[in-house]
Amino acid sequence: MTIPELSTSLDLRARPSWRRTKNTIMTVLLASTVVAIAIPLVLVMISVFAKGGKILFAHFPAFLTASIPPTRVAGPGMGPAVLGTLMTTGMATLIAVPLGVLGAIYLNEYGGQSRFARTVRFMSMVMTGVPSIVMGLFIYVVWTLHFRLQGFGGSLALACLMLPVVINAAEQMLRLVPNGLREASYALGATKARTIVTVVLPAAMSGIVSGSLLAIARAAGETAPLLFTIGAARVVNTSLFHGESTALSARIFENAKEAVVAAQDRGWGAALALVLLTFALTVIARVVTAIATRKR
Amino acid sequence: MNQTTDRLRLAYFALATLVVVFAVYNAFAQGDHLGGDIGLAASSLGAAIAWFVHRRLAAKHVPARSLTDLRGDGHVDDKLFKLLAVGAATLVLLILGLIAVTMTNRALPVLRTMGIKFFTSSTWSEHDGVFGALPYIWGTIYTSAIAIVIAVPISLGVALYITQIAPVRLKKPLVYLIDLLAVVPSVVFGLWGVLALAPHLGRSFLTAGIILAIMITPIITSLAREVIETTAQADKEAAYALGATRWEMITAAVLPHSKGGLVGAVMLGLGRAMGETIAAALVIGSSPQIALSPFKSGDSMPAVIANQWGEASDLQKSALIALAVTLFVMTIVVNLVASRIVQRSLAKSRGVGG
Repeated sequence: MTIPELSTSLDLRARPSWRRTKNTIMTVLLASTVVAIAIPLVLVMISVFAKGGKILFAHFPAFLTASIPPTRVAGPGMGPAVLGTLMTTGMATLIAVPLGVLGAIYLNEYGGQSRFARTVRFMSMVMTGVPSIVMGLFIYVVWTLHFRLQGFGGSLALACLMLPVVINAAEQMLRLVPNGLREASYALGATKARTIVTVVLPAAMSGIVSGSLLAIARAAGETAPLLFTIGAARVVNTSLFHGESTALSARIFENAKEAVVAAQDRGWGAALALVLLTFALTVIARVVTAIATRKR
Repeated sequence: MNQTTDRLRLAYFALATLVVVFAVYNAFAQGDHLGGDIGLAASSLGAAIAWFVHRRLAAKHVPARSLTDLRGDGHVDDKLFKLLAVGAATLVLLILGLIAVTMTNRALPVLRTMGIKFFTSSTWSEHDGVFGALPYIWGTIYTSAIAIVIAVPISLGVALYITQIAPVRLKKPLVYLIDLLAVVPSVVFGLWGVLALAPHLGRSFLTAGIILAIMITPIITSLAREVIETTAQADKEAAYALGATRWEMITAAVLPHSKGGLVGAVMLGLGRAMGETIAAALVIGSSPQIALSPFKSGDSMPAVIANQWGEASDLQKSALIALAVTLFVMTIVVNLVASRIVQRSLAKSRGVGG
């Protein structure tokens, strides 16, 4: 008879209290925020894949290559936009990535904590915060006013947006390279430039590549800077320097403003193409990072 | 000799000249369809010349070397390389300076005629040549505020969940999910907002605020996650040792430690929300009015620039550029304050942690 009594008095498990209840409530609330963040992503993806997939896969290669028909005509055609996005973003990459990596090399290998380096670092942070529409108008003022609407103006605007992002990512990667590597190279008699190019850069390469890919993915989705700079071509334009071009993001924006279902459908198709492109770049960036860390 | 450096420099030189030559070529050959061939030939020629000049420069230096000069052949390359790097870094300052100067210059005609009224008047009429930006400034601040109110609790919740509660196996997929949300182009959210969300909610401050909130949530979340992860393990264990529940541990150890950094993360999100154009342009409703009700339609600075640019007269373009300058200054102020807060809190936590 005494045994159950003893067991209750020895029960050291905490009794339910307001503190524990509160803990449970907060845990549930925090978990529910994860659901809240997933909902819009899922809803957007369902819409994009359902509505975009309908037109993109019904006219599979044609949608990505054909000219853009007049607004009210239903049917495929985003060829000029697909090519325009690839070309403007590609050119922006060619400009921004080498310059950004060089800038990061200055900051980490030469400048260090000098006053000039600190200023550049600070200003590059400021530049990251410049709204993309401001960057677009800036390129309009200094470039488009003189050279008319052309793909290259869009490339310049995107390159200006990418530059500080690449500098920041590359500098972080360069900082991770152990100093012993540099010293070993100097001990072998290498100059500083040679050390940087043959020892430091290869060691940081995978990080720089994946950082750049993420910057490219962001740039490919930018719309605002293109509105003032590249124009609205309806047929494929293979030149960045002659005549108007266009891009997927700009087409999505224009088609979203239309009340015509045919145009809206093309907008969804373009959105799917753009989402697939940016996701592919992101996945490649992840794979590069994963391979590099496994090697180490 | 030094093959890798050589090849890399060659590639860079070729690229740089290509860009410069195309730019010059462009200036002269406007509208002329003689085509890219000339440009391509000219730029390849330019690259070849640049390369040749550089080789001569390097070669010329060798005989000048004295017997006591023990520096290797590479030191001309060395200087050139440093010059390139310094040049690239200076470019950042150059671009920012150019933005400030050229855009203010373009905005002057309107700023001069309107004076301070540009910021205080709420009439915006191209026909009368009167441009008052107040409704747009209001719309920008109001929609950003709505976005922050929605995004902050969600982002902080997700950041806390990922760092403190989620089982290890769940952490990585959740981080991936946030990153995925961050790379969805804003125009896609805009398209979804105007075609899927607006039919239910209407085009209003609230709709724009919701879309902006979706877009800034991943940014705030990942920054907040970084800040929270710097909490000392010892502090957390100390809280547990005193018998704290997990939530009590979070309020007693994690939040006080990360307060400054979290405020900074939110401010950076605010800066992003203020400059976000496309989604706002599509769902805000484009009617410049200063309304308190979130269900009214309005307009914001970036949105009106995007929407009116196509049909704008020269004077109106000048007014839109003046709006962009205002936006530029506002976002820079917000970003500067944010970075100051983050720096200070990082310095403090470093000081405490030893």
